[in-house]
Amino acid sequence: MRIGTLKETYAADEALFDTRTQRIWLALFFLGLVLFPFTVGEYWLYIACLVAIHVISTTGLNILTGFTGLVSLGQAAFMGVGAYTVAVLEARLGTPTLLNILVAGFVTAGVGALVGLPSLRVKGLYLAMATIAASFILHFIFANWNSVTHGVSGINVPPAEVLGFEMARPVQLYWLIVPFAIVMVLAASNLFRTRIGRAFIAIRDRDISAEVLGIPLLRYKLMSFALSSFYAGVAGGLWAYFFRVVTPESFPFVYSIFFLAAVIVGGMGTILGGILGAVFMTLVPEVLKLAVGVLSPVLPDAVAILSPVRTIVFGALIVGFLVFEPHGLAEIWRRTRRFFHLWPFKT
Amino acid sequence: MSIHAPLLCVDAVSLSFGGLKALSGVTFDVAPNSITAVIGPNGAGKTSLFNCISGFYTPQQGAIRFAGEDITKTHPPHRAKIGLARTFQNIALFRGMTVLDNIKLGRHAHMRTNLLDALLYWGRAQKEEVELRAEIEERVIDFLEINHIRNQPVASLAYGLRKRVELARALAMRPKILMLDEPVAGMNREETEDMARFILDVKEEWGVTILMVEHDMGMVMDISDHVVVLNFGTVIARGLPGEVTQNPDVIRAYLGGTDVEALQRRIQGREAA
Repeated sequence: MRIGTLKETYAADEALFDTRTQRIWLALFFLGLVLFPFTVGEYWLYIACLVAIHVISTTGLNILTGFTGLVSLGQAAFMGVGAYTVAVLEARLGTPTLLNILVAGFVTAGVGALVGLPSLRVKGLYLAMATIAASFILHFIFANWNSVTHGVSGINVPPAEVLGFEMARPVQLYWLIVPFAIVMVLAASNLFRTRIGRAFIAIRDRDISAEVLGIPLLRYKLMSFALSSFYAGVAGGLWAYFFRVVTPESFPFVYSIFFLAAVIVGGMGTILGGILGAVFMTLVPEVLKLAVGVLSPVLPDAVAILSPVRTIVFGALIVGFLVFEPHGLAEIWRRTRRFFHLWPFKT
Repeated sequence: MSIHAPLLCVDAVSLSFGGLKALSGVTFDVAPNSITAVIGPNGAGKTSLFNCISGFYTPQQGAIRFAGEDITKTHPPHRAKIGLARTFQNIALFRGMTVLDNIKLGRHAHMRTNLLDALLYWGRAQKEEVELRAEIEERVIDFLEINHIRNQPVASLAYGLRKRVELARALAMRPKILMLDEPVAGMNREETEDMARFILDVKEEWGVTILMVEHDMGMVMDISDHVVVLNFGTVIARGLPGEVTQNPDVIRAYLGGTDVEALQRRIQGREAA
C-alpha cells in the first residue's frame, strides 16, 4: 500500500517516472531485456525483434490516431516507404546502417506529411479513406517503379552492420532493434509532457478551442503525420534489415489494420497502450500456434482442425476487447496498479 | 469612461450568412482595464460578434482593431499570441486531459519548445515546463481556488468547476483582453457570486480588460463599467449600466413594452433576464 508520494519540487512532480517503486521495476525490466538473449532460443529472439519493430510502428500510429485523433490506415504503406528507402540505399550506395535507418525515417516523414495534407479539411472516416487511397498509391509505386524498386521481385538487403559487427541473425539484430524501440518509446513519452504533445491532444479533443489557444491546426496536424510516419519509416527500415528482402507484398493493407487494431486493443492515447497493443497483437497468434502444437499429440488432426480456430479465437479476442474494455490493455494495467496501491484497504 | 485610447475597437462591423444579417454596423469601444458587457435577447448576434472578434468569422464590412492593430482578417492563433483570450458558452475544455494540462495549454502560444526539444525533454523543454508549472500553480490555480482538482480529468468535474477551469486556461494565456461568453450561465447563486468575484479580481489584480456576454442582468449591472445592448444585430444602446436600463429601446427589446418599472424590478430582483 502506498499512502502518498512526497514531492518537493515541481520538476520532481513533472518527472516521467516519479516514484522509487516505479524506477526499481523499470530497472528490473531493463535488466530482463539485457538478459533475455542469453536465456532463450533463436525462435523467441525472432519474436522479440518482431515485437520491438511493431512497438515502434504502433507507437507512431498512436501519436497520430490515439493522441491527435486522426485515423490513418496507411501505417503499413509508410513502413514500406522506410523499408524501400533502406533497401535502395543499401543496394545503390552502401551507406552505413544507422544512417540508412534515419534517412528512412526522414523520407517517410516527408511522405507522411504529404499524405496528411487533406487532414485540415477532412476528418474521421473521410480521412481514413484518404489514407487508404494514399496507401494504394504507394503500393502501386512499389510494384511498378521498376528502375528503383525492381517491381514485384523486390530488393534483397544485405545484413546490417554497426561498428563493424555484422548483424544477420535475430540474436544480433536484437541489440539493434530493441534499443531503437526503447529510445523511440521514451521520446514519445517525453513529447506528451510538453506543449507539442498537449497541442496534439487538444486538437483531438476540441479543435476549435485549440485554435483560440494559439495552436495552428494545419501545422500541428502535419507535424503529427510526419512524426508518426517517421516512426513507421524507422520501423520499416529495421524490418528491411530483419527480413532481408523487401517486396510490394511485404506491406499489405491488412498490415495497416493490424497496427490500428494494436492501438485500439492496447489503449488509444496512452504510450503504454501502444506497447501493450503491439505485444498482444504479435504474441497472441504465436501463443495460439504453440497451443495447437501442444495439443497435436493428443488430437491427431489438431493442426488441421485448430488452425482455422486459431484465427477465429484471435478475432474474438479483439472483439471482446472492444466490447468489454474499450480503453484497452493500458486501462487493465492501470486498474491492477491501483489495486496494489490501495491493498489491503480497498479491493 | 477612460481617457486612454480604447484597447479594442469594433468599427461598423457587418456580418451576414447568405441573406441573414447577423450583425449590421456594430460599433463600440472597449476601454482598457474596464468590464464591458454585451447584452441582448437571444439571437441578437452576441455570439456572432464574439466569433468575429476571436477570428472564427470574418466580417464582410468593418474593422476590428486591437491595441491599434487591425486584426479583422488575422487567424485565431495570431490573436491568441497578441493577447486575446476567450471562453465559450458551452464549455470547450479538452475532456481527455487533466485540469492541469488544460490550463498548461493556455500558455502554448508563448512557449518555444520545438519538436526536437520535446522528444528529448532536455534543456529548454524541461526548463520551460518546470517554469510553466510553477507559474500556473502559484498564479492561476491558487488564485481561482482549484488546487484540489488539479490532477482530475476534466470530464469528471461539475459544471461550475469546469467554467472555472476554462477561466483558468484563459488566464494562463496572460491575456490583455479576456472575452467571456456567458460566464455564469447555468450556475446557482453561490457559484455566480464566486465567478463575479473572480472576474472583478482579474480586472483589479491582473489589470486585464474584460468583455463579456451575459444574460444574468443582476451580475451585469453589478460589475460592468460599460454596457452595450444588441438587438437584431444592431447596437440599440450603450453606456453606463444605469443609463442603459432607462433606455426605452432596451426595455422594448427585452420586454416588448415600455414598462421601465418592470425592467427595474427584474434587475433589482436579480432574476435572469
